[in-house]
Amino acid sequence: MSLIEITEVRKSYGANEVLKGINLDVEPGEVIAIIGKSGSGKSTLLRCINGLETISNGSISVAGAQLHDDEVHLKALRLKVGMIFQQFNLFPHLTVGSNVMLSQTVVKKTAKPEAETMARRMLERVGLEQKFDAYPDELSGGQQQRVAIARALAMQPMALLCDEITSALDPELVAEVLAVVRELAAEGMTLLMVTHEMKFARDVCSRVVFMHQGRVHEIGRPEEVFANPQTPELRQFLGVH
Amino acid sequence: MIEFTIWDILRNLLLATRWTVVLSLVSFVGGGIVGLGLLFLRISKRAWLRSLAKYYIELFQGTPLLMQLFIAFFGLGLFGIDVPAWLAAGLALILWSAAFLGEIWRGCVEAIAKGQWEASASLGMGRLQQMRYVILPQAMKIAVPPTVGFSVQVIKGTALTSIIGFVELSKAGTVVTNATFQPFTVYGLVALIYFALCWPLSKSSQILERKLNVAHRNH
Repeated sequence: MSLIEITEVRKSYGANEVLKGINLDVEPGEVIAIIGKSGSGKSTLLRCINGLETISNGSISVAGAQLHDDEVHLKALRLKVGMIFQQFNLFPHLTVGSNVMLSQTVVKKTAKPEAETMARRMLERVGLEQKFDAYPDELSGGQQQRVAIARALAMQPMALLCDEITSALDPELVAEVLAVVRELAAEGMTLLMVTHEMKFARDVCSRVVFMHQGRVHEIGRPEEVFANPQTPELRQFLGVH
Repeated sequence: MIEFTIWDILRNLLLATRWTVVLSLVSFVGGGIVGLGLLFLRISKRAWLRSLAKYYIELFQGTPLLMQLFIAFFGLGLFGIDVPAWLAAGLALILWSAAFLGEIWRGCVEAIAKGQWEASASLGMGRLQQMRYVILPQAMKIAVPPTVGFSVQVIKGTALTSIIGFVELSKAGTVVTNATFQPFTVYGLVALIYFALCWPLSKSSQILERKLNVAHRNH
């Protein structure tokens, strides 16, 4: 059984259909890059997987947890899949440590000491254990994004969704975030990432999904997809002729 | 004719000021509690709850407080319910304050970036948990200045309750004027007492606004 099963997913905003029947199965440990023009539906697809957007049709399940639009099902689903955002979305009123501890204590009811141990371990994993007591606005963008990764990891998800997580970063900060992601991939974390980092997708991902006008237009191993694009749309997107 | 000294007048006014203060506190605290309920309705996921709160707020913001006082005082009397002035005054002011506070706070909650909702949701938090741990702590900081500012409106609003016979500062002013025939002195003092109550609040609202704008967090 696949870890993430996306079956015939459709999504409309009014008359505008942005996802037109998506099928995608993700195996445990796979790292998948979703690429495509803006408006192709790639971010929407990612946001559907943990229920930030509702779907109009089809089904999504993560490790057996089905996507349904009620709090109990959503919570079960969101415990299995974490998400990292383009804008980091750290909680500005809490310290870095509290950011990583909050959902453990509130959602999982983990005792404070254990949550703190976990938080310190996850911060160490992203190389920021010394920032435990700092506030988010004292950190650089790259550091904030690494804290966001630690915060998601502290919930011990089975998969991570990354929504253009380096797009809001200054160029010199992109590398430190990608290094963390690369390490996660090497440790066997299942990752679905919407990204514009083509080189990273080529190096790290097991499969690349090219989305175009709400459909999976082309899918395959990165060396095939990048070296030998089959459709004119992908060729144009990649800038090869 | 009996002579009244300024002190006689002031003493009587100050005694009545107690009731202005009590009524203001009751209205503000009660209005705050009801207003918090309205806030949750206003941002509910259910459309009918949102509309319910919206109509409530529009009704109470769209009619004069004086009419609300009359309706609470005389309206319930039509059903044979004898409403004392203090009850009608307290009830009307609580409901009126709630409408404004609920709407002020809704604005503050909606000022919090959508990403905060999304991040906390994606970590598995339920709606109440999101509000309690993530949204309200941030919204409260924005809410302090306008909330303190509104408390001034509440204090001035209590003056209207004199019309239905609740003896607070304004009503006491009328009573004392009728006894002393010195309207200018009496109402001048009344105005000064209101000012002494309201001005520190307005000022602190301004100071808080400046302070909270500079630092977006408290450490």
